[in-house]
Amino acid sequence: MAVNAPVAPAELKSNLNDPLVIAEKIKAQYPTAVEAANAQGIVVQGEQLLEVARYLHDTPELGFDYLHNVTSVDYPDRLEVVYHVSNLARGGTPLTLKVNAARQDPAVPSLVPVYRGANFQEREVYDMMGVRFLGHPNLRRILLWDGFEGFPLRKDYKEPYYEDERKPFGTRWDQGHHVIAEDRNPWHDNVKYPASFDAVGYKPQRDTVRTVGAEDAVATKLRTDKLVLNIGPQHPSTHGVLRLKVTLDGETVVAAEPVLGYLHRNHEKIGERNTYLQNIPFTDRLDYITSMANNLAYVVGVEKLMGIKAPERAEYLRVIMAELTRWISHIAAIGFIYNDLGAFYTPLLYGLEERELVLDLFEAASGSRMMCNYMRFGGVARDVPEGFLDKVQYLVTERFPRRMDELEAYMVGNELFTARARNIGILPRDLAINYSAAGPVLRASGVKYDLRRADPYSIYDRFEFDVPVGTVGDMHDRFTVRIAEMRESVKILKQALAQIPAGEIMTGKKNYQIRVPKGEVYGRAENPKGELGFFMVSDGTPNPYRYHVRAPAFINLTALNEMVVGHKIADLIVILGSLDVVMGEVDR
Amino acid sequence: MAYGLGLVKGLKYTFTRAMKTVAGDFKHLGRRYDETLLRERQSVRGTGIFTVQYPEEKPAIPENFRFVPFLVYEPKLDANGKPVIDAQTGKEAINLERCTACGICSKVCPPQCIWIVRATTPEGKPKPKPAEFYIDIDVCMNCGFCAEFCPFDAIKMDHDYELANYERHISHIFDLKTLMKPATYHARIHPLDFKREEDDRKAKEAAKAAKK
Repeated sequence: MAVNAPVAPAELKSNLNDPLVIAEKIKAQYPTAVEAANAQGIVVQGEQLLEVARYLHDTPELGFDYLHNVTSVDYPDRLEVVYHVSNLARGGTPLTLKVNAARQDPAVPSLVPVYRGANFQEREVYDMMGVRFLGHPNLRRILLWDGFEGFPLRKDYKEPYYEDERKPFGTRWDQGHHVIAEDRNPWHDNVKYPASFDAVGYKPQRDTVRTVGAEDAVATKLRTDKLVLNIGPQHPSTHGVLRLKVTLDGETVVAAEPVLGYLHRNHEKIGERNTYLQNIPFTDRLDYITSMANNLAYVVGVEKLMGIKAPERAEYLRVIMAELTRWISHIAAIGFIYNDLGAFYTPLLYGLEERELVLDLFEAASGSRMMCNYMRFGGVARDVPEGFLDKVQYLVTERFPRRMDELEAYMVGNELFTARARNIGILPRDLAINYSAAGPVLRASGVKYDLRRADPYSIYDRFEFDVPVGTVGDMHDRFTVRIAEMRESVKILKQALAQIPAGEIMTGKKNYQIRVPKGEVYGRAENPKGELGFFMVSDGTPNPYRYHVRAPAFINLTALNEMVVGHKIADLIVILGSLDVVMGEVDR
Repeated sequence: MAYGLGLVKGLKYTFTRAMKTVAGDFKHLGRRYDETLLRERQSVRGTGIFTVQYPEEKPAIPENFRFVPFLVYEPKLDANGKPVIDAQTGKEAINLERCTACGICSKVCPPQCIWIVRATTPEGKPKPKPAEFYIDIDVCMNCGFCAEFCPFDAIKMDHDYELANYERHISHIFDLKTLMKPATYHARIHPLDFKREEDDRKAKEAAKAAKK
């Protein structure tokens, strides 16, 4: 396992991440391509977006090889598609590219030819905002069903049970007579169908079964049919309600397509109705294994916009919580990999035992085991109770290392595991970057990119730790990278516990009406699953104008097809397990 | 290295684990569902069986635990300073409700599950007191914002999590009567929190007295 020294902060501050510098370079190449440029980002001419992206991606000195995030914002006069790209070796703040489209029938060139990681994200933008991406290989709805009418994230879309544009609703106080939601909006009105919808004759387009063509039969000299198999949505090994539409040739996987949206609740629309503060408990429910880390990513983003900083003790508490979260998330993840391999529940439950202890601590600190809701803008909700840090100290210095030694002894050296995991589900380095894979999946492919080092947030720049990377990018690497990361988390925890000062846990007074200045922000944090980003547009009101979540598990699924083709179906289950998807985050 | 050694090594760990649970079973002989033993094996130093035999055993609830809010009232006290029990309800009689119907809890509530009707005087002027107060506990997401931002310490998060019912349209809509719980109950489940509040209140009163 190769580990590299931390990147010096001076290297990160290269002027090649400055939008104005980049805009000049683009102008020199494509004089008409740049519409506007400021410190926030570059607005690119729609027709020339693909050329500009190709230029940014292919020019060696620029090398914007990684697409972090694709989203769009609905303004009264236009739709704006927003891209965040960066160079992984350089790190630092990503460059923001924007493209304007008309609200009536918006169309933008697809970036899939340059960044394959745009595939699912562009489909999501199409699904939610109705922007057509020209040249996209498979532009269909992804989270909603094909027959759905309307584009829910547009500002003029009103959902069933619609009450008001923004919370707090006026009907709750001071004449708040309770009404059960179903009574106010009876069952038959909940779903809107297209005008010409025929419920009896409706056939979903995506579920057509493909059978073998004549040319396949000739090539193999055998009359075999390919089989389309649905795994899930109710299947114990799909980690939630995920459906995989797998095309099989015998036992070999020919193609696999994840079908998403079974847990979709439009987190982003809810987030735009909520105030900034009200969004914190909703972020718990994204990736429900790592609620503390989700809180952290969100408050880091909003704090960037507000320009406030948490006091020292609060920052340390945040790091302690986030690293404990990473530890328990990884131990669950490797337990699940073993589970999928057929080591039925024993290693997983050994891991969950440790997780319970950490959840007990979370409960004592925040009041809830999983839905922690612990972080606040400018601090944390409350100080930890007496004895909390001693317990963490014991876990970190005694119990966790002991457990990890044990775990490595019975898991890593196991011959069955090695035979099943080596060279299975390989995601090569360049493809991992191109597919926008994040977190342990990206690092297992040999890319040393960790936001805690590349773009440090909170106080991560103070700690000494390594970023473990894999070599091949197979399942075995994704497994061992997680174990190595757990060791690093313990290292960070030890330092944080030694350094944590006494003092305040909140800047300013507790306030439920938070004013966030106008502006845009892309706040992100290195979650156990990868880069969790929050793109927010504030118009100065208490509610975010646009609230977008870059969900790492969702984007990691884009590369699934690449990893499974050619492997057996039993390996597909484990490869999916090694991606460590949580459907609460994938479907949002 | 001989093939299969890793498997044997792995089985050594599962066997050790199994033996530890057997040892735990012996510890529990004749002391089934023992509270102290449960706390011991659930602690960070615990070994052996980890499972909690709910409902015979229940995990310890930390003070900060939050589940569905309740409203705090000051109970009526008799001459000895003991709360008077209302014969009709079987609960402690209400002396003073802390809630002033300011509406902060209902405004901050993320799923908007709190409904408040403010009381009015016979002349129609608003009175700092709730006339009706509803919490739809099926909608409540137990975030604890209401308790966190209440300026009067009038709403607190409960520890009672056994709320299952056969229907949800009547028994899951908590009204003022169900929500009201005495300050003595609050002091019992939140001892540290209650002490902090009392100290704050005393300090404020002392500051007020010093001003005069």
